[in-house]
Amino acid sequence: MSVQREICDVNPFPEHVAGDFYSNYFEKGQAENTLIINMGPQHPSTHGVLRVLVEVDGEYILRAEPVLGYLHRMHEKIAELKTYYQYMPNMGRVDYLHAMAWNWAYAGAVERLAGIEVPERAEYLRVIASELNRISSHLLWWGAYLLDLGAFTPIMYAFDDRERILDILQRPSGSRLTYSYFRLGGVAADFDDIALAKIREFIPHLRGRLPMYKDLVTDNVILRGRVEEIGVLPLEMCRRYGATGPVVRGSGLAYDVRRAEPYSIYDRFEYEIPTDTECDAMARYSVRLAEIEQSLRIVEQAVAALPEGDFLSKGAPKPRWKPPKGESYFAVEGARGKIGIYLVSDGSNSPYRLKLRAPGFSNLSLFSEASKGTLLADAVSILGSLDLVIPEIDR
Amino acid sequence: MSAPTSITEKITRLWSLIVGLKVTGKYFTKPQVTLHYPRKTLDDENLLTYRGHIELVGLPKKPGTPKCISCGMCQAVCPSNCITLTKRKPPKPTEAEKKAMEEAEARGEKVKKPSAPKDPASFNLDYTLCSLCGCCVENCPVESIRFSNDIYLAGTDPNAFRYDLLQRLKEQAAAKPGAQKAQAASGGETGEGEA
Repeated sequence: MSVQREICDVNPFPEHVAGDFYSNYFEKGQAENTLIINMGPQHPSTHGVLRVLVEVDGEYILRAEPVLGYLHRMHEKIAELKTYYQYMPNMGRVDYLHAMAWNWAYAGAVERLAGIEVPERAEYLRVIASELNRISSHLLWWGAYLLDLGAFTPIMYAFDDRERILDILQRPSGSRLTYSYFRLGGVAADFDDIALAKIREFIPHLRGRLPMYKDLVTDNVILRGRVEEIGVLPLEMCRRYGATGPVVRGSGLAYDVRRAEPYSIYDRFEYEIPTDTECDAMARYSVRLAEIEQSLRIVEQAVAALPEGDFLSKGAPKPRWKPPKGESYFAVEGARGKIGIYLVSDGSNSPYRLKLRAPGFSNLSLFSEASKGTLLADAVSILGSLDLVIPEIDR
Repeated sequence: MSAPTSITEKITRLWSLIVGLKVTGKYFTKPQVTLHYPRKTLDDENLLTYRGHIELVGLPKKPGTPKCISCGMCQAVCPSNCITLTKRKPPKPTEAEKKAMEEAEARGEKVKKPSAPKDPASFNLDYTLCSLCGCCVENCPVESIRFSNDIYLAGTDPNAFRYDLLQRLKEQAAAKPGAQKAQAASGGETGEGEA
């Protein structure tokens, strides 16, 4: 009681004493008759436990401020307690929608540090798994975004197609969502013939479905009304906040880590980097749908060129393996943007420090500025168009 | 998006709704692809490739006894500490054996003490902690651990997910057709272990 009393005494905004730390220190603006409300932490459109403090004047947002940390799971600290080998399962749980990219970022950082060679076949398998996972991530985003905007049916179509990808990836990796498929120096298991046949079958199937998506949703006048000219993020603003992935590509910059800092064997494939100069939610929407097609192209080429060989390097690290002293940084292109892992090793069998750079965190930080002056319903559209995965933001 | 200005724009916009409805109508007439899960389940090969919690693999000739040699590798490598394994103690020598050993020691000969059986005394899995990463399966030197296909896991009590894997293996061995004979052969040994 006394502690609470003291806090109330020093509270600079005594008109809202009933809230918690964040609402107490969320300063009321200059305008008269405004209302401060919470969107989340439990809110259907925030996809997880994201909380946004919003000051509204009627239906219009004067200010918005995301409050993070509800899903903080200390992934960076856990890395310091586990061995290099044991940390891989955590990488499937940072961003559960594109787990393969995080797997890759971690495996890549350790391999770069220790100079581990990855077999040719493993590189191809990594590309196939990662690109299929990117498609499934974009499909889920597509369904969930439209669900936010009030269209219920599209997510059912998206899950129908996504289910096929999960069935394919389940064969080698054994799991359907939180993959722990990569290993230091390769991958955990080979794609068998059934899985490869399923992929060959799936590529034309999804290509045939994309025009249906266009007819059902993309051309729909109601969707257009909810996404066109909404959430305009000029390129200059994306640069200021460090936005990457489809967000910055939707603002006209063709920045893709697969092209900008080529890793693995991406230089062997032919694909385009879709961009859009409209900068609005529709631009990000169309960039993601175009990326599905490009990922299909990469998978098609990788399956056709898949060489024979080992899927795991002969000198792959054992559970108690120790890398040399040093530091390394490895960046990959995730479904949400640039995933970076900075690793410092002191020569022991667990990392000295591991820093995870999550694209969602930078993408979310521009929400505060982008939502200023918009309708509350449009803010939902902007949040959805940023494609946020909250566990990745909080880490 | 601004309000439609011309009549053609109005028609295009209205047409986009009709095109979408056509897709919905097409799928409405197709047979249902989903199942009412608890009432119906899918008998699909995909269930076999799913990795459930781990289970022990029995010896080819004695399916009730695991291949496990109690090395403790799985326990050490598990990131979540969900495996608890205890080794067997060496059997107590009988009076006559003890006497013979003492005599041999007195003569200055090298005495070979009875060694413990290799199979574990207990092998428990706390599935509430497991993240299904597969580290234990990959690192088992004798391939005594594999993933089960148990997919329909739901419960109201966390204790329901703390498995005694030795017990599970015995039940599996007993349930297999033609396992009665093998069970009888290995019965003596396992009975001794439990005592």
